Parts: sequence; structure tokens; C-alpha cells
Amino acid sequence: MSDATKPTETGDAPTPEAEATTGPGRETLAPPKEASRSSWPVRIGLLAVVLIWMIPMIGLLVASFRGSVATRSSGWWTVFTGGEVALSLDNYQRVLSDGMGESFINSLTVAVPATVIPILAAAFAAYAFSWMEFRGREWLFVLFVGLLVVPLQVAFIPLTRLFIDLGVQSDFIKVWLAHTGFGMPLAVYILRNYIGSLPREVIESARVDGASHFQTFWRLIMPLSVPALAAFAIFQFLWTWNDFLVALVFMVNNEVVTVTLAELVGSRGQDWHLLTAGAFITMVVPLIVFFGLQRFFIRGLTAGSVKG
Amino acid sequence: MGNVISGLTAIVLGVGGVLVLFWGLNYLVERMSKKQEELLKPYVFIGPALLVVGVFLLYPSIVTFIDSFRTNIGTADEAWTLENYQFLFTDATLRDSFINNFIWILLVPAGAVAIGLLVAVLADRLAPTWEKVSKSLIFMPMAVSFVGASTIWMFIYTWRVPGEPQIGLLPAIFQGLGNPMDTPILQNSSFRLNTIALLVVMIWLQAGFAMVLLSAAIKNVPEDTIEAARIDGASEIQIFWRVTVPQIASTIVVVTTTILILVLKVFDIPRVMTSGNFNTNVIANVYFNLEFTARQTGRASVVVVALIVLTLPFMYINIKRFRAQEAMR
Repeated sequence: MSDATKPTETGDAPTPEAEATTGPGRETLAPPKEASRSSWPVRIGLLAVVLIWMIPMIGLLVASFRGSVATRSSGWWTVFTGGEVALSLDNYQRVLSDGMGESFINSLTVAVPATVIPILAAAFAAYAFSWMEFRGREWLFVLFVGLLVVPLQVAFIPLTRLFIDLGVQSDFIKVWLAHTGFGMPLAVYILRNYIGSLPREVIESARVDGASHFQTFWRLIMPLSVPALAAFAIFQFLWTWNDFLVALVFMVNNEVVTVTLAELVGSRGQDWHLLTAGAFITMVVPLIVFFGLQRFFIRGLTAGSVKG
Repeated sequence: MGNVISGLTAIVLGVGGVLVLFWGLNYLVERMSKKQEELLKPYVFIGPALLVVGVFLLYPSIVTFIDSFRTNIGTADEAWTLENYQFLFTDATLRDSFINNFIWILLVPAGAVAIGLLVAVLADRLAPTWEKVSKSLIFMPMAVSFVGASTIWMFIYTWRVPGEPQIGLLPAIFQGLGNPMDTPILQNSSFRLNTIALLVVMIWLQAGFAMVLLSAAIKNVPEDTIEAARIDGASEIQIFWRVTVPQIASTIVVVTTTILILVLKVFDIPRVMTSGNFNTNVIANVYFNLEFTARQTGRASVVVVALIVLTLPFMYINIKRFRAQEAMR
């Protein structure tokens, strides 16, 4: 999927006015827009949706600066309507000193390999499914697609037994393996869609030049598949970073951020004000990952679906 | 500091180990005769992926299927039975949960796609900067964990006795309008209102995902088809339904399927917000309670088997797409 498949802009002769709005920083693929299409109803409609979508976030942000009593006795919006306005960074300070720093590192230690390992294994598998002939190819792929829908709760009890039998004790190895297994069907599915839609001639010419499958994979397929790899990386990273259940079941000696957060809430939800600050702190990393990789996201996910 | 170092070591060892595994296997296979190499290499490539999926998903699924025909598992009274299936078809709570899951399936993918499409279409008409800003804001909830989202929405739904200062936004609005709510939203199951309140959280989380993909598809619609319709005098709304939507249909299907699979397995949101009480239970939570609280593995297993059976149509659609794509290459 190279730039050649993007719609060309030459066909519809942009007006000088539209030309002027096309700055160098513009990334969109669409032809320049006509000014007339952006009417007031459009702007107001969109503003309304965005505002509704932002209200819960704004509530969280405001609440994260309020104390325990304020949070439990009045609504967060009273800050704007002349209620008590004692805002401070105390919640953030307390959350960070309550072991959140260590959990942060643990979460990274879980999420990075739990993202990279399945990508690597799935990319090899996707290459084989796309460009190698072997017996059972079709039904093995069907197996992967089928397992896409299996709820991961199924695995907890059999796997706990298995880890004991095999003597696997490291928290991190258990969680890496579990996330790798649970994420694999989606990884294979997305990557095969993409790698399978790469032009046949490119792969065949590499083979004709004497490159082995292994070389073709590293020198050609991996660089060409960056968008799909990044798209899945976003999914898997968000999922492993935000995961609560898998960490709760398999990690015995180490805590990840979500578990620390849940403990902060306490059993009766008395520490709401702390949870709000904690929730904001944990959102930072996924947001950085998303905005860092987002330009690949769309191209990676839509190959093989947008174009038939 | 020690943590950072051991964390980094773990990351390097974990990722490096997998690289060495692939390299080593490939090295071995390349030492064999050409014929053996051709035969074995595909399996070296899919082997590790197949192994983890086999151990972590297939093996537990088979164990679950077998367990669904057994009772008193792990005790002296362990026996084969069909009682679990009888339970599946007769239990009232379970039927209720299936109804709730059905409501989730019906409303969440449709809601997320509708909002995503609306934003994608409207934002496409703004100046690039504003398009980017508004899309980023809609996407932001994707970065929030289900547990986090549930807490965030508690600031919307939490209810206090009428007359007292409300700390949840929605009850506060009703009270401000002089029409206070007499029951908490999350406990009000008439017309499944509370289930709908829960699934709104999921729509809030997933609309951004739908929007990103749909927006890309809309930008791929050739401008001349839209221009032609405009010259023919079609209104913007007609253009949207008759020109744009048919051309992005395949993306709509992909997005709907992805969200649908997610919703089938929904667990965290009802778990955190209502614990499945007040008629808001869902299948995954019923499973969790049967397995980990009631310790009735047989009954828990049958619930999962039912869940997997429900997903068969979507598997079929996916496989059909795979075959169609194969045929076109």
C-alpha cells in the first residue's frame, strides 16, 4: 500500500482560495475543501458532539484537583458556578507517593514486551499465511479467526494450573505469555490483512533475486508493514496498559497501575478524589503512544477492507 | 533506580529471547536439505504463534467444553451430566443476562458507528486544524481503561436523595429542572434504563475508534463521484446516503464486527459500576461469578460454550471475507 493508491488531487483543479489553505503541514489525503461546505450548522453540530464527549473528561480533570470532602459533598461543576473553589495538587502528590511510581515501571515492563512479542510472532505467521504454500494453511487461519471471539476468562483456571505444573514463577513471564496468547488472533488477523495486500510482484522479485524467506521477511515485509505493525501496537499497548483482570489473576508479587488504582479506591469508594488524579496519571502513557503512532493507524487497519 | 534497571533487563531479555528463538529455528531449518526446508519452513514461521494460541486459547476452550458436561469437578463426586445444559436453558438470571447482552450488541456497535460517522462527516468539512482537534478529542476516551471509565461516569450517574446536593451531573440536571429522580439511574431497571446507562459508557469509549476508521474511508471516496452527484442537483444528505455510504460499506462492516466482538465479552463496566445487580448482569460476569464465587465450574463452562456458539455467525462472516480476499489475489 504505497502512496500510489491515494486519490490524486489533480482531477478537480483546486481553486486558488483552497490552494492557499493547503499549508505544508497538512497531512490529510483529501482534496482541498471548498469554503462553502463548512457552514455554521456543521460547526455548531460538531461542537455539540465534542462538548458532550468532553464533559466526563472535564469532570474528571476538575475533580482531580478537589479534596476528599468537596468531592463527596458537592458536584465538580460547582467550581464553575461559584461554589467552593479550593483546588490543589494534593491528590497527585499523594497518588505518586503511594507506590504509583513503582507500579508505573511495572506497567511498562509488562506492556512493552507484551506488545512487541505478539507483533513479532504474528508478523512471521502472517507472512507464512500470505506468501507461503503449505498444508492446512486455510484451516489454520480459520482457527485464528475463530479464536478472536473466545473470552479470555476461559483461560484463567486451566492456565493457573498449567503455570504451577510447569513451575513458571515469574510474574512478568506469566503476564507476557498470557497477553501474547490473548492478543495473537487479532494480531494475526490485522497483519495478514495487510501483508496479504502487498503487491505480489515485489515479493516475487525478491525471491527471484535469491533472497530466502527469512531475508525477504526482514528486509522487505517488515519495513513495508510499518503501518499495520503500528496499528496493532496501539491496540495491544492500550489493552495491556489498561488491563486489570489479567494482572489481577497472574501477578502475585508485583503491582501494575490499574491494580494500584483499584486499591486506592478502597472497598467503599471513599478515596474517589485520589482515583481521579490516578486515572489522569495512567492516561498519559497511552495518549503519548497513540498520538505518536496515529498517522500509521488508519493505513494499517484499513488495508484489504477499504480497497476490496 | 533498581526497578528501572530490572525492568529494562526484563524487557531486553523477553524481546531478545523471542528474536533468538526465530533466528535459531530458521538457522536449523536452513541447514536441512532443500526439500525438507521447503516443507518445514512455513511451520517454523507460524509455529510460535500457533503454540501460544494453542496453549492460551484453544486448550482452555477444549477444557471448558469438556467441563460443560461434568459436575462437581475436582471433588470425589465428579461425574458426567447434562444438568449444566438444563441450567443454561432454564435459569432465569441467565436468561436475563442474555437479554442484556443482546441489548448491548444491538445498541453499542450501532451507536458507536453512528456517532463516529457523524463526527467523521462533519469534521471533514472543517479547516484541517479544527478537524484534527475535534477528532483527537473524540478519540481521547480510547486511552482510558474500562475501570477508569467506570469511575469517570460515576461523576455523571451518582445519585443522592432528592433535595440534597447532587454530586452526579445527570441527577443534578433533573433536580435543577425541578423534576428530581426518585431512584438512582443505575438501580432503575424499568425499560432496562440502567443497562442503557452502562452501555453509553462503552459507546463513549468506542466512538473514537469507529470515527478514525470511517473518516479514513470517507477520505478515500473519489471526489468526482460526489461532484457528479452535486452537479446532478443532489442535496448533501442525498449525497451522503446514496454516494458516500455505499462506498464505505465494507469499512462499516469491519468496524461493526470489531466492536461487536468486544461487546460480546463485556465484563469490566457492569462489574465495576453495578456488580451486575439490578438486572444489569451480562454473560461474562455470570461466568465470573459461577467460576470464582460459586465455584461451579460445570455451570460456568456451559455459559462460555453458549457465548462461543453465539459468536459463530461472526466467525463465519470473517472466514467468508478471508476466502473472498484469497480468491481476488
